[in-house]
Amino acid sequence: MMTTPTLTATVDLVARFPNFVTTDSRPGYSGFIVKKENLVEVATTVRDEFGFDLLSNLVGVDYPAENKMEVVYNVFKTTGGPGLTFKVQAERVDPVEVPSLVNVWAGADFQEREAWDLLGIKFTGHPDLRRILLWEGFEGHPLRKDWHEAFYEEEAKPFKSRWPDGKHTLAEEKNPFRDNLKFPADFNPETWKPEGEKDLYASLERSTLAGDDRLKTDQVVVNMGPHHPSTHGVFRAVITLEGETVMGLKPVMGYLHRNHDKIGERNTFLQNMPYTDRLDYFNSMSNNFGYALAVEKLMNIPVAERADYIRVIMAEISRIQNHLIFIGMLLNDLGAMYTPALYAFEERELILDIFEAVSGSRMMCNYFRFGGVARDISEDALKKLKDLVSERLPGKVDEMDRLLSENEVLNARLKGIKVLSAEDAVKYSVTGPVLRACGVPYDIRRAHPYSIYDRFEFDVAVRQNGDMYDTYHIRLDEIRQSLRILQQALKQIPGGPINSQKPQYQVRVPAGEAYGRIEAPKGELGFYVVSNGKPNPYRYHVRAPSFINVTALEKMCVGSKIADFVALLAVLDIVLGELDR
Amino acid sequence: MNGKGILKGLSVTAKRFWNTYWDDIVWLLQGKKRYNTVEGIAHRSSKDARGIFTVQYPEEKLITPEEFRFVPFLVYDEGAEGKKEIRCTSCGICSKVCPPQCIWIVRSNDPNTGRPVPEPTEFYIDADICMNCGFCAEYCPFDAIKMDHDFEIASYGRNVYGLERLLKPASYYAGIRPGNYAREEEARKAKEAARAAKAAGATAAPAA
Repeated sequence: MMTTPTLTATVDLVARFPNFVTTDSRPGYSGFIVKKENLVEVATTVRDEFGFDLLSNLVGVDYPAENKMEVVYNVFKTTGGPGLTFKVQAERVDPVEVPSLVNVWAGADFQEREAWDLLGIKFTGHPDLRRILLWEGFEGHPLRKDWHEAFYEEEAKPFKSRWPDGKHTLAEEKNPFRDNLKFPADFNPETWKPEGEKDLYASLERSTLAGDDRLKTDQVVVNMGPHHPSTHGVFRAVITLEGETVMGLKPVMGYLHRNHDKIGERNTFLQNMPYTDRLDYFNSMSNNFGYALAVEKLMNIPVAERADYIRVIMAEISRIQNHLIFIGMLLNDLGAMYTPALYAFEERELILDIFEAVSGSRMMCNYFRFGGVARDISEDALKKLKDLVSERLPGKVDEMDRLLSENEVLNARLKGIKVLSAEDAVKYSVTGPVLRACGVPYDIRRAHPYSIYDRFEFDVAVRQNGDMYDTYHIRLDEIRQSLRILQQALKQIPGGPINSQKPQYQVRVPAGEAYGRIEAPKGELGFYVVSNGKPNPYRYHVRAPSFINVTALEKMCVGSKIADFVALLAVLDIVLGELDR
Repeated sequence: MNGKGILKGLSVTAKRFWNTYWDDIVWLLQGKKRYNTVEGIAHRSSKDARGIFTVQYPEEKLITPEEFRFVPFLVYDEGAEGKKEIRCTSCGICSKVCPPQCIWIVRSNDPNTGRPVPEPTEFYIDADICMNCGFCAEYCPFDAIKMDHDFEIASYGRNVYGLERLLKPASYYAGIRPGNYAREEEARKAKEAARAAKAAGATAAPAA
């Protein structure tokens, strides 16, 4: 049974727009190509007439051989079902221009900024097109195929310098500050003065709410982060305050940016697997899952039955520990220092012990392979899992519930503080528990089942108020649902091989494109992979839920108190390894 | 009633506080040691763990599962008179599959014939770059490179490992991964037996 989700279109855009939409007929590709001039019109129709209300993924691809740049849009319906892919192509001249879709789907905001930053695609009509992951003075657009990084060796791994004549050299011995470093031609470090962040502050000023002039108060700009304990890493928010009220907010990110996409294009398909571990480092199993699905779709191979069960088991137990840690960290941010967090860590330790016994590593699991998993799960580990799932974890979730849910202080801090309305959440492409807490029952495991999720009985956790308390409580609901799935999966897990393919260190991936997505604990995790038949992906893009959920942060925070900003950031459950990539 | 939720939560912490000492007392009365013993550590990381669950590193260490992987090493078989028979044939698969490209291999040539000899003259692993993914061990066709259990490699300098540091005997490998070792030896023996049978068949065939 082929279980990976497919993106076959259920609508015929060509019939609707015969003059400016064509079917993408390149081998291995799917979807539609829309004429640039009519993009906004088509997108609006796709949203309003065909009901694709969620812009899941927006990714730019560079095709220098055809002198083209392409932007790919993957849109879905929050009511479920397969998605729709459409593309727009622009000539690869300077500047590459594509109309912005921010006014159709607000969730395009950060994704378009990312495509501008990394590929240099100019989205005309975007209200705030600044670099997002790289710094303002960065030279060039690194995801263009003709851009080379420092210490550049070859287009693709494996590098010839390693074998057969592999005399070890340290990277820094290769003249780091001469021809391996890139900076603008007119740049002189001796005379350079930091420019400041004019664009950032100008953009903040544009979007700041006007204050009440009767009070005669000054607005104060506060930088929260990048070194702030409540930002979960190196995340920075520039906030305009009037009194204690947030009047304007701009997130600044990229402090942990390493251009995961570019690294991925240098790697072979298999070599990317351990790199995905480092995205959302709490859930390396889920990251592996998404990437494996995308590549399996390209390769068109089945997954071994037993491996399918192991995958679901690992993904769900991973979700449990993620949500437990989320609750612990949320309470940390609210000031309940460490008691709930350490209670959560205790359970997480036991789960990580299982990951370690099964995959060899507690956090960087690198466990999935194309067609299955790396090694079989031992009877001993299965027994441990069963004990945890049936004897320990249900009680511990209830204990967490008892410890916190009725606590008056927690209720006062969380209840009634609106996160987002259902419409806004969908508009801003927010996914995962936050979307469901806002009253949209959209869970990919149910809306568009992948792997073997259609075999299990579980409920999609959903809450209606859309306040912070709901985003907290929905995590407990989800843990309980995950436990239900785990109990069924552990009961049904069959014997047999753990991989449908022979183990091979270099896989053959036919040319084409694929978008694989899963319901990761933090939201929709997608991998857009393009192959041109070579051993390395031609394009590799991660749709990181943390990153895209932050698009809505400004909307969530403006108008609320500064103390709630900390909590609102916490309920998004961001992780910087994934946000900055 | 206001404060009921807080009290309810406090009952959880009170129970936890009680558990902190309860197991200690029970173990003491049973005459068992809960700390600094393998039994105690195993219990503290089992599903029945409650109370203090921390493991006091470095006095105590978590039990390392067999599959645990850390910076790789090269396996050699102990030949006659302590000769190190390196399993590696310098085929280069590990270096090609390595995601961060931290393996450097220099192949050797026979000085007389100039033809490649299946043994590396030099083999480097830059442990500072290694991401412990385990691909090299997974895809090595000769069981020559394996992931280690020794994770205490912090140092003041660079950790570039050459052959002398990387080579470890097969007995060490059998010690840290008994299950894998047994499985591989069995497969190897089966292969050898098959080859012997085939050879025997080939010599028998012309006679028949």
